[in-house]
Amino acid sequence: MAIEVRIPTILRNLTGDAKVVEGNGSTLGELFTDLDNRYPGIGERLVDDGKLRRFVNVYLNDEDVRFVGGLEAALSDGDSVTVLPAVAGGSL
Amino acid sequence: MLRIDRAIYDRIVAHARRDHPDEACGVVAGPEGSDRPERFIEMINAERSPTFYRFDSLEQLKVWREMDDRGEEPVVIYHSHTATEAYPSRTDISYASEPNAHYVLVSTREADTVEFRSYRIVDGQVTEEPVEVTGAGDE
Repeated sequence: MAIEVRIPTILRNLTGDAKVVEGNGSTLGELFTDLDNRYPGIGERLVDDGKLRRFVNVYLNDEDVRFVGGLEAALSDGDSVTVLPAVAGGSL
Repeated sequence: MLRIDRAIYDRIVAHARRDHPDEACGVVAGPEGSDRPERFIEMINAERSPTFYRFDSLEQLKVWREMDDRGEEPVVIYHSHTATEAYPSRTDISYASEPNAHYVLVSTREADTVEFRSYRIVDGQVTEEPVEVTGAGDE
């Protein structure tokens, strides 16, 4: 089951500069485990302590996965996942 | 060095003033690899806070896709500090995630003085850079 995953600039050093990669999994968590096998090190940039990292945005098609089950979100063939680093900061 | 058109510079400052005392944030997109900030995009601060900002995640997806389709990248990422100097805070540094972007900070702590400064933030290292404002703008 192929899922297309769009990789942000800051993680492309882990994917050999690829902007779009493919992975497999029936949930987002499984997909990230599969990606980490293909591109070692990418898993810990996305997941921390069994949860999505707070300052990483992950989208399943057009939805923020936080609203559709997080790492448990179910994937189907042909889905597209986009990873974007959150743009955030502050004066403190 | 950041080279930026007067009209865009003015819009960044105006946005920061308008949202004061909350932090304002946004992007200036430009052709990939050009280092030219050309398309001003005001973003929603999802935190609506005087001490924190975060792009709204769905708006960010929309804007990032649009840039992708147009062959653009975020050349400038700006936000304001409303009570402190225009220098990246520890949180700014730890969340900086666009190694190619100029991080612009505007301080609105003084109503009649503009503090507009630009930085590169790569791997936790902050480097300030000169800002050259070009063109006559709208004045």
